[in-house]
Amino acid sequence: MATVTLRAQAPARRVGLLAGLEHTATLAWRNLVQIKHNPMELMDLSIQPVMFLLLFTYVFGGQMSGSTHAYLQFALAGIIVQNGLFATLNTAVGLNNDIQKGVFDRLRSLPIARSAPLAGRVAADLLKQVWSMALMLGLGLALGFRPGAGVLGVLGATLLMVVFALAMSWLSVLIGMLASSPEKVQMMAFVVMFPLTFSSSAFVSPATMPGWMQAWVKVNPVTALVDAMRALLNGGPLAASLTHSLLWAAALAAVFFPLALRAYQGRA
Amino acid sequence: MEFAIRAEGLVKTFGTTRALDGVDLVARTGTVLGVLGPNGAGKTTAVRILATLLRPDGGRAQVGGLDVVRDAGAVRAAIGLTGQYAAVDEMLTGTENLVMIGRLLGLPRPAAKARAAELLAGFSLTDAGGRAAGTYSGGMRRRLDLAASLVGRPGVLFLDEPTTGLDPHSRGELWDVVRGLVADGVTVLLTTQYLEEADQLADEIAVIDHGRVIAGGTPDQLKAQVGGQTLELRPARPAELPQVRAVLAAVSGREPELSPTGLLSVPARDDSVMPAVVARLTDAGLVAGELALRGSSLDEVFLTLTGHREPATDEPNDTMKVGV
Ligand SMILES: Nc1ncnc2c1ncn2[C@@H]1O[C@H](COP(=O)(O)OP(=O)(O)O)[C@@H](O)[C@H]1O
Ligand SMILES: [Mg+2]
Repeated sequence: MATVTLRAQAPARRVGLLAGLEHTATLAWRNLVQIKHNPMELMDLSIQPVMFLLLFTYVFGGQMSGSTHAYLQFALAGIIVQNGLFATLNTAVGLNNDIQKGVFDRLRSLPIARSAPLAGRVAADLLKQVWSMALMLGLGLALGFRPGAGVLGVLGATLLMVVFALAMSWLSVLIGMLASSPEKVQMMAFVVMFPLTFSSSAFVSPATMPGWMQAWVKVNPVTALVDAMRALLNGGPLAASLTHSLLWAAALAAVFFPLALRAYQGRA
Repeated sequence: MEFAIRAEGLVKTFGTTRALDGVDLVARTGTVLGVLGPNGAGKTTAVRILATLLRPDGGRAQVGGLDVVRDAGAVRAAIGLTGQYAAVDEMLTGTENLVMIGRLLGLPRPAAKARAAELLAGFSLTDAGGRAAGTYSGGMRRRLDLAASLVGRPGVLFLDEPTTGLDPHSRGELWDVVRGLVADGVTVLLTTQYLEEADQLADEIAVIDHGRVIAGGTPDQLKAQVGGQTLELRPARPAELPQVRAVLAAVSGREPELSPTGLLSVPARDDSVMPAVVARLTDAGLVAGELALRGSSLDEVFLTLTGHREPATDEPNDTMKVGV
C-alpha cells in the first residue's frame, strides 16, 4: 500500500493561486493527452487543415487567381482564419461532452480551483489552435507561400489568431454550457460558422460580390480579422484592420466572458 | 463525530418540479445509508447537494461535520463521488484517468502513479490500465469510476445507483467492494432502485418518493413494515384450488390473491409462514406444484407505503426467489 495521507492536511477553504495553476495545467494536460487515444481528434487538428489548404489551393486556385501559387498567397490567411474559428467550437463540444458524461461533476466534486476545468480546457484548445496554424503555415511555406512581412509578421499573425480565438472561446463556452448535446453544438458550428466565414474576405476579394453582399462582408468581423492576418502574413497596410479586429475581439470577450462565466458558475 | 452525513429539510426545485420537498437524512459514521426510490424520486438531486454540486433552496446539510454550502471546499476534500453515469474520460487510459485525479488532489506524479496502480490492481483493472477507457465494458467502467472516487481516500463516499445496468456478476463484485470500504471505516451513501441492494448493503434505509422520505429504518424494520415477503403457491391439481386457498388464508390470516395464471399469493410476515403452510398442506394431503417465497419488489414496497403503484422503472424489479 502506498502511504498517501491526504486527509491529514487541513483542507484549505480557498485554493491558492499556485495550486490553481497546477490544477489548470493538469486539466490542460488531460485535454492534450486525449489526442493520443483519439485519432478523430488528430484528424480535426491536422488532417482537416491540411486538406482544406490543399483543396482550396489546387481546386480553386487556378480559376480564382490565374495560378495556384498566386491564390495560395492570397488565401492562406483566410484558410487559417476559417480553420481557427471553426476550432474555437471544439471548446463547446468538449465542455458539453464533459457535462453530459458526468466528468464535469466529478471534477467539480474535487477540492480544486473552481476555474480550473474551464481554464484547462481553454488553454489546451488554444495550444491545439497554435498547432493547427503552425501546420498550415509550414505546409503553405513548403508549397510556395512567401511571408511578405517576415518572421515578425508570422508571429504577429499567430498571436492575433490566438487572441481572437480566446475572445471567441467564451461564446463557445457559453454554447457548451447551454447546449443539450455535443451533436447540437457541431450542427450549430456548421450552420453558423460556414456562412460567417465564407461571407468575408477570406477566399475572394469582396469587390467581385454583389452590392448587398459587399455591405455585409464589410461589417463581418471575420473580414476584419482576415484583412489583419493577411496584412501580417503578406505585408501591406495593417493599422485599420488590426484595430478593427482587436476591437471585435474585445467586444466579443466583453459580452461573452461574463455570460459564459455566469453559466459556468450557475453549474458550480 | 457521530454522524458523517446529516441533512435536514432539504428542498430543491427545478422550475415547477419539486425535486426535494423537505428531505432529512442521517448516516452514522462508518455505516451505509441506502437511499431507495424509483426513477425521479430525487435521489440524484440529494446526492448532488450533499456532494456540493448543487445548492439547496432550503434546509441544510453537513458532511463530515462541515456545511455543504459554507464549507463546500472542505467538504470536497473529504468526499468521493461516483455519479449515476460512469464519469470517466473515455479518451484517457484507465491509468491516466486515475493519475489525473491524483495530480488534481495534489499528489506528486510518482505518488499519483503509484496510487493509480494500486487502485487498478484492487479493481482487477491492471491489464486494462493502458487502454483507453472508451474500450472498457460497462462493468469495467463502473469499477474505474469507483476507483477514481477513491484516489483521495475519502472518508465519505457517495454512490449514485452504482449498479444500475450491471449484470448480476458485476453487481456482486461491486457489493463486495462497498463492504470492503465500510470495513475500512468509510461512510457510504448509496442510492438504488433495488430493494435487494439496499437490503444487502445498507445499515439504514431511507425510502424516498416524490422528493420526500416516506419510510426509514433498518432493512428488517422496513421489510416488516411493508410485509417483507410474499408467499406464492400454485396447486399441482387445479381442482384443489379452493382447499389450498383456505389453507393459505388460515395460516396467513389474509385472503390470498389469485393471479390470472392460477398463482395464489399472500404476504408472509415472518419465517414461520412457509413451514406452517407446508405442514398444513401435507396434513390435508394437498400438493403444491410450485411454492416460493419472494422478496417484496420495490413496486410492492411502494404500493404498501404510498398506496399507489409507481410508474414502471426502466429496469425490471429484482425478486428474491427462494425455491422450495
Ligand atoms: N437539472 C434539472 N432540471 C430540471 N428538472 C430536474 C433536474 N434534475 C432533476 N430534475 C427533476 O427532479 C426530479 C428528481 O430527479 P432526480 O433527483 O434525478 O431523481 P432520481 O435520481 O431519484 O431518479 C425529477 O422529476 C427530475 O425530472
Ligand atoms: Mg438518479
